[in-house]
Amino acid sequence: MRSPPTGPTGPSAVVLLGAQRFSPSLGAAVSALGVTGKIATITAGWQERELEDDELTEHLGGRAVNLRLHARGEELFKADPELRDAHRQRQESLRHRQDFYRIRLEFELEAERVIRQRSAPPEIVTDEADGSIEAIRDLDARHLGLCARIRNDFESRWHLADRDSVQSHRAEIKDIVDGCDAVAIAGGHVATLVNRLTLFGLGGLIGRRVVFAWSGGAMAISERIVLFHDDPPQGPGASEILDAGLALIPGVVVLPQPETRLRLDRKERVQSLVRRFAPARCLTLPARSQVTWKAGVLSSVSGVTELCLDGEQREPKR
Amino acid sequence: MSRLKLAIEELIASKPDQSAIHAFLSGHKFPIVEGSSVTFVWLGHAEGVNLRHFIFGLETSNPLQRIAHTDLWHLTMEIPHNSRVEYKLEIHRGGNSTWIEDPLNPNRARDPFGANSVLQTEGYSVPTFIDADPDARPGLLEPWGFDSQVLGHRSGHLYLPARFRRSRQYPLLVVHDGSDYLNYAGMKTVLDNLIHRLEIPDLIVAFTDSSDRLREYANDERHARFLTEELVPNLAARLPLYDRPQARCLMGASFGAVAAFSTALRFPGFWGRLLLQSGSFAFTDIGKSNRRGPLFDRVVEFVNSYRAEPKAVSERVFVSCGVYESLIYENRSMVPLLSSTGMEVRFVETRDGHNWENWRDRLREGLSWLYPGPLMFIYE
Repeated sequence: MRSPPTGPTGPSAVVLLGAQRFSPSLGAAVSALGVTGKIATITAGWQERELEDDELTEHLGGRAVNLRLHARGEELFKADPELRDAHRQRQESLRHRQDFYRIRLEFELEAERVIRQRSAPPEIVTDEADGSIEAIRDLDARHLGLCARIRNDFESRWHLADRDSVQSHRAEIKDIVDGCDAVAIAGGHVATLVNRLTLFGLGGLIGRRVVFAWSGGAMAISERIVLFHDDPPQGPGASEILDAGLALIPGVVVLPQPETRLRLDRKERVQSLVRRFAPARCLTLPARSQVTWKAGVLSSVSGVTELCLDGEQREPKR
Repeated sequence: MSRLKLAIEELIASKPDQSAIHAFLSGHKFPIVEGSSVTFVWLGHAEGVNLRHFIFGLETSNPLQRIAHTDLWHLTMEIPHNSRVEYKLEIHRGGNSTWIEDPLNPNRARDPFGANSVLQTEGYSVPTFIDADPDARPGLLEPWGFDSQVLGHRSGHLYLPARFRRSRQYPLLVVHDGSDYLNYAGMKTVLDNLIHRLEIPDLIVAFTDSSDRLREYANDERHARFLTEELVPNLAARLPLYDRPQARCLMGASFGAVAAFSTALRFPGFWGRLLLQSGSFAFTDIGKSNRRGPLFDRVVEFVNSYRAEPKAVSERVFVSCGVYESLIYENRSMVPLLSSTGMEVRFVETRDGHNWENWRDRLREGLSWLYPGPLMFIYE
């Protein structure tokens, strides 16, 4: 897991928002926090459509400066084919690890479901159910560890921090961010997004600035990026960890678009999810919802719910 | 407790005249589905009328009865919920018999032999992913030709996803009987929609055809070499394809499924994904003669050989079959065999027959399981 920012090095506040596509609430959140200067925007999760951000720019009153992280990635790989090939190989390794992790995970989740339904003395069922959750948590931890190892090996082998092709982009990005009061991170393809955020070292450039992040953007700045969908077309979905995020909001698992992705009426699934990621808090981010995170304290909660151990969802405690 | 009278029973009990019959016809949708009771109706002069359906396990020809002193013919059958059944009516008149589509039923399914009427019982609904979605950007479908060293000239169609870019890499899907999948299973629209919904990834699809499918698809070494040693390298030289088994899928229906599976068996590990629909996996438990005739001899030999020595040939195999097909026994028999080798196998059976719309209806669950789309990754 990436080290979370501590004390005065992290953002002064992080505002997590639900989907912004149809009725954006970002502008109101920016005003509420008194941000008046420029805002560095990151729309890399939109991939090739990254610069189709007219509506976002307009919504922010023309104060947005797009960091173009996706396009920069393409430019970087074009200019540095050696790095491109190595990066592609790294992604291939990560994909293989994800596949194997998913195979094990599906078996463990199925075992957890079967054990939970078995008839046996309650204390034994409870104990075995705890064992199931532990096994799943161990798998999650192992996967995160492997991802971290692959990323660290890549960064040290290819000297990202000193590599000219990377450095020139990082310097440009730093200049832009230095001139901004806040950073806004849109959703989209969360793997692409976190990939670009880490490639250009955004975690170390944000400093004390306020961060606004919605949907996939909120996931990308959490400690663990949890991919989830209870009803995908290929059958019952298994929530799985993709990788570590930027860890700007430690102790929180972000679950956007619960309206279409989560079956919150299935209490046992909710309970398993909560126990699996505890002590982190599982927060749902429906459209137009909002919550502000400051040094681990939640405030200005609107529409966000917290999934609880009893399988219910409630407004998160502050 | 006495059951409610069926609509046709009430009509008969009323001793209907012409106007009552016309009121009956205009007041119902046909066939009439009442719970699991299905009533087929035909109006006209004839010496006899038969229902000719394609449900294996039931008599294929079932006579309709004429209501006395009228030209209204009817037949009520018990057909389970969630069924989709293709049928025709056989009209006997003047010493001749003619098979016709049901004029009272607007639902039709086309196939290479023409069209059939379609019965949909309660619980079946036409999938939403088969109609063109105006929000889905259409992919490009272009004719494709290829001179094979082993099979001579081959043709078909190549599908490129709407947002195709040469800077990206794509998985490949090779489809047997490609033109039929396009024409009768609406596969281009299905691909456009599933990609738009993020349920499958952007992918490149080669729709292949054969002019001698019963020969080439029945475990023919030349066909396997054509696909694996000629087609894939040719496409890879022209298009940005991932070079890994997990990104190569072979699919087919009926004999096409045999072709897909036998090709994978000849090149184990090369094709990491298989989609096998209503495979003609005929086999015998003892002896070589099979009830399906000589066309199946090579298939039986092939499947018997695999059953004697099953082995993993791919990573993931999606198998589907209709329970109203004669092949359901063979397909059910294949599933534990495939699973025993360590391959991941998913088997789906539905109340449908050996037809293109059954295969169309399974495309979403099959393709999205073999090639999950970016749905899990995209949070707008």
